Amino acid sequence: MSELREQIQGVIENEPVALFMKGTPQFAMCGNSERALRALREAGAPVTAVDILPDPAIRQELTSLSGWPTIPQVFVKGELIGGADIVEELAATGELEQKLATALGPDYRESRAEHVVGVA
Amino acid sequence: MAVDRLRNLLEQAFPGSEVDVQDRTGGGDHFQVTVASARFDGLPLLEQHRLVNDALAEPLRDGTIHELRITTRGTE
Repeated sequence: MSELREQIQGVIENEPVALFMKGTPQFAMCGNSERALRALREAGAPVTAVDILPDPAIRQELTSLSGWPTIPQVFVKGELIGGADIVEELAATGELEQKLATALGPDYRESRAEHVVGVA
Repeated sequence: MAVDRLRNLLEQAFPGSEVDVQDRTGGGDHFQVTVASARFDGLPLLEQHRLVNDALAEPLRDGTIHELRITTRGTE
């Protein structure tokens, strides 16, 4: 397995909530990435964001690992939740908060604040 | 037209379904697709969207689709 692939897998497996996006939370470069981020923030999720734009290989490896073709991609405790539409829909029905509480514990809102990690 | 191509692919993948494809920006690369199909009945949202992504794999891969928004509905 390539080093990049291992790094991506590490983020997916080790971060409570991983958001692979175009750009950064401070400066999202795509409407769908922005929508997913907003839904996660409103649910109080401790988001770890990864910008996929610096290297096209990041997206290739990510899609090969997840089987999901589009960006953004959201993972909770290593499980693919989906892209912007799914995260928004789950947030609207309250299922996102339930999922976060089940996966991360009822006090998940108090855990680490949003941050950004790089791969590659 | 990309809209027609996407609609055709979705109608082939989901026979008998209701399919709607909108070009969100008029630029021919940002799309909203809506599919109502019995195939979605009982499936988690992730799997419903996966089926739509699979149906649109080619235009996703060849760059026709720059941004895709998906809405799925079952028939139940």
